Amino acid sequence: MEPKDPDKKHALQRLMDNPWILLVLGVVIPTLSYTVWGWIELLMLPAAKLP
Amino acid sequence: MSIHTPPADWLKPPKGAERFWVGLALLWCLVMFVAMPYWYFYGKQNSTGESYRVTPGDFAQRVMQFVATNKVGEDKGVPIVEPAPGSDVYLQAQMWMWTPILKLRKGQTYRLHISSLDLQHGFSLQPINMNFQILPGYDHVLTLTPTSSGEFSIVCNEFCGIGHHLMTGRMIVVE
Amino acid sequence: MTTTTTDGEIPIDVARDVSGNHPQGMVRACDTTDLPVCLTSQRFIKLHAVIAVVFLLIGGIGAVLLALTRWPAVHLLPADWYYRILTLHGLDMLIVMILNFEIAILYFAGPILLNSRLFSAKLAWACFGLMLAGTLMFNIAILSGTSDVLMTSYVPLRASPWFYLGLIVFSVGALIGVINFFGTIYIAHRDHTYEGSVPLVVFGATAAAIIAVATLLHAAVVMIPTFLWSVGMVDSIDPSWYRMTWWGLGHMSQQVNVCAMVSVWYLLATFTTGAKPLSQSVCRGAFVLYILFINLASAHHLLVDPGVGATWKIWNTGYAMYLAVLASLIHGFTVPAAVEVAMRKKGHTRGLFSWLTAAPWSNPGFSGFFLSLLIFGFGGGITGVVLGTQQINIMAHNTLRIPGHFHVTVVGGTTLAFMALTYYVVPLIFQREFYARTLCRIQPWLFGGGITLMAIGMSFAGSYGVPRRHWDVEFTGALFATGFDSGAHVMLGLLGVGGIIAFAGLLLFILLVVATVFFGRSNAGHAMQAWHQEKYVAEQIRQESVREEGDHHTPGTITLALVFLACFVVYYFANWKWLADVWHVR
Repeated sequence: MEPKDPDKKHALQRLMDNPWILLVLGVVIPTLSYTVWGWIELLMLPAAKLP
Repeated sequence: MSIHTPPADWLKPPKGAERFWVGLALLWCLVMFVAMPYWYFYGKQNSTGESYRVTPGDFAQRVMQFVATNKVGEDKGVPIVEPAPGSDVYLQAQMWMWTPILKLRKGQTYRLHISSLDLQHGFSLQPINMNFQILPGYDHVLTLTPTSSGEFSIVCNEFCGIGHHLMTGRMIVVE
Repeated sequence: MTTTTTDGEIPIDVARDVSGNHPQGMVRACDTTDLPVCLTSQRFIKLHAVIAVVFLLIGGIGAVLLALTRWPAVHLLPADWYYRILTLHGLDMLIVMILNFEIAILYFAGPILLNSRLFSAKLAWACFGLMLAGTLMFNIAILSGTSDVLMTSYVPLRASPWFYLGLIVFSVGALIGVINFFGTIYIAHRDHTYEGSVPLVVFGATAAAIIAVATLLHAAVVMIPTFLWSVGMVDSIDPSWYRMTWWGLGHMSQQVNVCAMVSVWYLLATFTTGAKPLSQSVCRGAFVLYILFINLASAHHLLVDPGVGATWKIWNTGYAMYLAVLASLIHGFTVPAAVEVAMRKKGHTRGLFSWLTAAPWSNPGFSGFFLSLLIFGFGGGITGVVLGTQQINIMAHNTLRIPGHFHVTVVGGTTLAFMALTYYVVPLIFQREFYARTLCRIQPWLFGGGITLMAIGMSFAGSYGVPRRHWDVEFTGALFATGFDSGAHVMLGLLGVGGIIAFAGLLLFILLVVATVFFGRSNAGHAMQAWHQEKYVAEQIRQESVREEGDHHTPGTITLALVFLACFVVYYFANWKWLADVWHVR
């Protein structure tokens, strides 16, 4: 790899070096995908017909 | 560097054996992931979670009705019922028994409604070893087709108090 | 000479050339590793480590009592005490012991590896005090017989309000500890106590801390209303909502354990062999996959539940296309690969595995770590993914296969790794040399071996359908008699025997640690006594700091990885085959 300008970090490296963004993503993504989606499934459950 | 800071330009693509392994592992992960939706559409054993909200009182009443219509016998005080193939059948879990004893026909499909009148219970059919969670307030519907005949046990495998290990039931499947 | 820190002024640390931000006199240079040890952090590492070991003992006594009860020939405890001790064992091990160890790890990874002072001593005291107070609250509630609800306390089972309150207080304490860690990360960066990106072990610890935040938020959301219900202020709690949210606490906490364990693997690999990760991108990328996706898999507890549909189940139990599993597969390769490269550099280049056979197996810090990796990978990883496959779970839910799986992961994996780490923590932080070093060398084998046997017994018994959390596999006195094949009984006997051996390994560990901490010879002022012919840890560490291009010649590890994958594939498809024989259900 050619030597880069030391201040110009790759975007991915900047992301991985930023614990705050990772903290937000690490809380938001599972909360939406597992918890909130799950709660919505429960809320939308229909009433029993008991045929 | 595990305990030292890495060089400034550490972001590099993997190479050599590492790259090979990451690729192979990713492939295996995708195979495993695809297997589940595949089985959903083509496999015969699934847990779709089909269920409805119900009050324990309403469910208990429906079970009594079901028993009254289909009763063919009794064992140790628990009614034995033989419902029509293709119909809705009902099973209630409560501390610490399963009611009724279902007498089903091999190869026929039934819509099995299971719910609890009190705590959480675990429907564990042995020795087939099929297991489902049973919750009060939820009518858990299993579209079930017995593929073997004989005598079966229902064991509760969700802790439900001091009588939990005494909670057993029966299921019969005839040819 | 250090000067007092004020904003903008950065004192020079005595221990290293890199400037640190420690107040005067609050840091010492480690005599073995040269790492700058923040004295405040050191105190809290000790406090939390002590609590962890105390509850390891309590939980361990519970464990052997339970194992001897599930062994039908012994059937030791009466029913009520079985369910009570089961509640105690689960909470004291999975919550108290392990989180205390992990908070201690955060005190190491944040301040010490970043050459920084701890963010706040006051927060550290609050964390310690609340965690301890909460622990006492729910332990007393359980032992008083008012809270026989098992660790999961599934509503509508109702425990004493002290049970829920204790868990809430504990969680608040742990969250404060995690905040203190993030605070340290912040001031270390602000005060330029290190250059560039954080070391890998710190990154792994950060991943663990992030997952801990998600865990503890779920704990608050589930426990607070449930506590209010237990005192009559809330009418009812929906059982399905409870399950969903509780497993946000219950399984996400296990993912904290995975991240912490993997970070400890990298640390011990360096301490014991001078190993250096081959590729930062790959290792860090894998931790990022953990951060983003590993928590989705809390869904694998709800795979045969009503209320949630197949799409939600498949997507979440699948860790979003198994990307978090990819991360584990990556670490399972990169850690031994780093060891292989380090050992090959020392001259062990003959054949495929001389690097492994020549590795320092008589060093309990190495044997514990490497056994942990093997047990977790081959045992825990494979069974975990399989049991968490949506449809395969129909055969496994609430059977003993589940405890069979999690005892290999969290006990054979995480706890054993933490034990291995302790063989360095005591000499380096407590500054005491271990007694009975021969016993230390065999302890990881005893514990790891016992747990493996016990878990095999559990898993095979579970395959017969034997339920978990169940007092009497013979169903004596039940309305309808039933039972299991004699093969299941043999497996339960194996559970019992394995449990006894594991307990012996656990007891040995505790005795060695306690004897050494109280009566061991101090090593202050000079380097710790090496466990193996390894050169002093400092030299290994100095080697690690040389920033040269990594070698990638790892034929031994690739072979192991391919063998592992073959086992995985076989076990995976075998389970689908068994599923196909079960009744049709939708």
